[in-house]
Amino acid sequence: MPEIGPHLLGIDGLTRGQVDFVLETAEQFVEVSERNVKKVPTLRGKTVINLFLEPSTRTRSSFEIAGKRLSADVINVSGSSSSTTKGETLVDTAMNLHSMRPDIVVIRHPAAGAPHLIAKHLKNAAVVNAGDGLHEHPSQALLDALSIKQRLGRLEGLTMTIVGDSLRARVARSNILLHRLYGNKIRLVAPPTLAVREFEELGVEVFHEMGPALKGADVVMSLRMKHEYLKDFFVPNLDEYSRRFIVSEPVLKQYCPDCIVLAPGPIIRGTEITSEVADGPRSLIMKQVTNGVAVRMAVLFLLCVGRGAHWEDVDVAAAKEQAAA
Amino acid sequence: MTKGNGKKLICGGRVIDAQRNYDDLMDVLIEDDRIIGVDKPGAFTGVDGAEKVQAKGCLVVPGLIDVHVHLRDPGQEWKETIETGTAAAAAGGFTAVCCMPNTHPANDSASVTRYILQRAQAVGSCRVLPIGAITMNREGKALAPMLELREEGCIAFSDDGVGVANAQIMRRALEYSLMLDTVLAVHEEDPSLCEGGSMNESAMSVKMGLRGIPEAAENVMIARDIELARLTRARVHFCHVSTARGALLIKRAKEDGIPVTAEIMPHHFAADESEVKGFNTQAKMMPPLRKREDSEALLEALRAGVIDCIASDHAPHESDSKAVEFEKASFGTMGLQTTLPISLEQVREGKISLKRAIEALTVAPAKCFGITPNTLAAGQLADLVIIDPERKMKFTEKMIKSKSKNSMFLGRELQGLAVKTFVGGRQVFDIAAIEC
Amino acid sequence: MFPCAAAGRSIVSTYVFVHNGDKTLTTGKKEQEPANAGQAAASDKSTWNKVLDADQIRRSVIRIAHEILEKNRGAQKLAVVGIRTRGEFLAKRIVDQINEIEKVSIPMGVVDITLYRDDIAHSAEQPLVRGTDLPFNVDRHIIILVDDVLYTGRTIRAALDAIIDFGRPLSVQLAVLCDRGHRELPIRADYVGKSLPTSRDEEVEVCLSESDAEDSVYLHERKPRKKQK
Repeated sequence: MPEIGPHLLGIDGLTRGQVDFVLETAEQFVEVSERNVKKVPTLRGKTVINLFLEPSTRTRSSFEIAGKRLSADVINVSGSSSSTTKGETLVDTAMNLHSMRPDIVVIRHPAAGAPHLIAKHLKNAAVVNAGDGLHEHPSQALLDALSIKQRLGRLEGLTMTIVGDSLRARVARSNILLHRLYGNKIRLVAPPTLAVREFEELGVEVFHEMGPALKGADVVMSLRMKHEYLKDFFVPNLDEYSRRFIVSEPVLKQYCPDCIVLAPGPIIRGTEITSEVADGPRSLIMKQVTNGVAVRMAVLFLLCVGRGAHWEDVDVAAAKEQAAA
Repeated sequence: MTKGNGKKLICGGRVIDAQRNYDDLMDVLIEDDRIIGVDKPGAFTGVDGAEKVQAKGCLVVPGLIDVHVHLRDPGQEWKETIETGTAAAAAGGFTAVCCMPNTHPANDSASVTRYILQRAQAVGSCRVLPIGAITMNREGKALAPMLELREEGCIAFSDDGVGVANAQIMRRALEYSLMLDTVLAVHEEDPSLCEGGSMNESAMSVKMGLRGIPEAAENVMIARDIELARLTRARVHFCHVSTARGALLIKRAKEDGIPVTAEIMPHHFAADESEVKGFNTQAKMMPPLRKREDSEALLEALRAGVIDCIASDHAPHESDSKAVEFEKASFGTMGLQTTLPISLEQVREGKISLKRAIEALTVAPAKCFGITPNTLAAGQLADLVIIDPERKMKFTEKMIKSKSKNSMFLGRELQGLAVKTFVGGRQVFDIAAIEC
Repeated sequence: MFPCAAAGRSIVSTYVFVHNGDKTLTTGKKEQEPANAGQAAASDKSTWNKVLDADQIRRSVIRIAHEILEKNRGAQKLAVVGIRTRGEFLAKRIVDQINEIEKVSIPMGVVDITLYRDDIAHSAEQPLVRGTDLPFNVDRHIIILVDDVLYTGRTIRAALDAIIDFGRPLSVQLAVLCDRGHRELPIRADYVGKSLPTSRDEEVEVCLSESDAEDSVYLHERKPRKKQK
């Protein structure tokens, strides 16, 4: 099987074989969550630190549940309780975590590349990127892919349309990279302030109108429009945004009647997506959440394999010295 | 600078002096702080008591001048001091550096200027020419006392580190400068367009999820200041031009007879945005590393003289300020010890001529800033450098004379190094000092 | 590295399972050794000692089915659970026998013990997780756990833990095709096809027609193994 690890920092750098393997492993973990006793002893004695330096409920709890269902000890360190708010640098945080000998550090951070920085300084733990700034959110793209694969039976030969703020969405980047691995057609649709031309160089088609963007799409992904983005002048206001870009049943029926709909959430009903779509038969939104746990179990499991042996021959002093240099 | 250094005979070297249009094998005789003769090899063999300095196979050129250096002193002495910064300059072949006013406090008062000059006199390895602030505390709100600064010894004015956003203040500063026989060295970035940005805006920034700094942030300011220079007839020097389009605007301005000059940094012509890959904070610059097309166009502009000179934008930072998240990391790289070899790299690759490269590091920057250029002629100050164009060395932290170690060129094989630097006849650097 | 998972699976089915230890040493990487590894093994088979042939395996399965029925006084409440991969095939054969003898239809399941292994953190290679499927109520059944070879007992320990996570069976009994000794845990089989006295330097190789094109059990010297990193 393809090796996974030592870290999961992004979809960037993964091969299609690796993605397939993670998804296949995740499919097996779906069943564990359906048992009466939703727990297997696989990662007993392993320590997973959830280092969330940006507010998150969904992703953090998903990783927490995943770790717990694998019997790992999961410790949550959140932004407000961590020393980073007291002026500690991320490298120092990493060194401190290192001393606690975690097996996996799951990190969510407002700065792009923060997990990469942490990974450089954590010699013996696997780092999982749970969202870094506007950069990547690999586990989200993987769970989206699993949801698509379960419903459509395949991941190849698809046309995927991403509606909304892809510029400010790490989910969009990870999804673009993942679906490029499968040679899928990817389209972005949003006002030109958000669906910027530079995306075309990443092998993506850019649209500013729903009709041509949605035509024949198999998968429609609705992204969140955050209120705080309004201050950067991307759109005049959300009502105006919805006027053209809301994902609604009539527009889907007209252009891509057979499509499925995903949304990484949290969704804003009536702004990005209508309730009729979000709660309708096309929607995989709840399935995505369920699959999130399975995918994260698979990720934690695959990254922990073989980790036990490493600690025994670690020279902590040398590792520290190296990290300092 | 110093008297009583005795006589030195630099012999066997290839003397290149753009000012005099020399390029020939010649010997140079120095006595105390002055050059007393430049003549055919062997012409000075009869001179008594001259210490012989062998320069066979080397270039002997006027001391290099760097018009864009951050010495961080006063205020950020943990990054660099006048002592360490000028030592690095000497090691890089520079005999004079112009230091930017973004110190703490900013160089917006006579006392700071005096401090810099006195400190340089006491501990400097090369000449230091201070640049005063255009506005108080470089805040872009009120003009600094430019007359006082000029009289105390500031040779030019700049708010480097930030652009002067307010066009009216810029206009007034330019007008005011007309009576000071000086130049305004402008940092061209529109603050609103580059807010929050940490790399070039491109497909790469989009992919990496980093906020970009569009080329336009620089170009709109260059365009504005060309018009203001035209309006006021005051001299404008464009700092660290990073875009192809910026060079084009400058070319047109020069064709129109507008009094503008420009500089370029080695990292902008020898590297591009791909260096940022993997969130490499050493390649985080302001203005940012642009695309390959830009660096090629800039080099061509340098060759053609559209861009007048090469400067380092030597920006020392303690390692902690680079060992952080990319968006949080400090901007800039050190450059004093790498500017010469990286420039000579372009000569070896045939992108520019040796003569032009030497000119862009000696006469050209002096002209841009209205400084008397160093030249190799009898009676001139003995500010000169011996360069071995074949000498190779891997650039390591050990070689660095600066207090900080942030260089995007660490690990690179450098060829064409200063082997001996003389300021006022005094030898201030010998390559043996950094050889491992 | 396989371009897609389906290919990985198909190769698993042609692979000759080597009992150099227990399933606790099974790794995905090992199982995806290319088909020619199997062929190489096949060519070696001439030098191996065949300890059970197809007829003997068939008779063992029939006998075990009868013993199970005899001990449990019929097929009532019985459920058979095979341990992936070859335990599953044997379980199916036992279920078919019991159903034929008793004219009943007893439930069957499979367990994958990967998530219950005690050596997962030390495995140098990427393990392949396959599902556990127990499509009956574990609480009300006598479970016959089936595997091909009983060795250290660690696989059985893991399988017991897996089953118990699904409920509280009335009892669990163990049926194996071969018992080769060298237990490391207090575990014994209730039904044994053949007891094989072996040394630790030997390997037991079980081939079943469902995956290996023949029914035989071989005993041979352990090949020098690549050292784990």
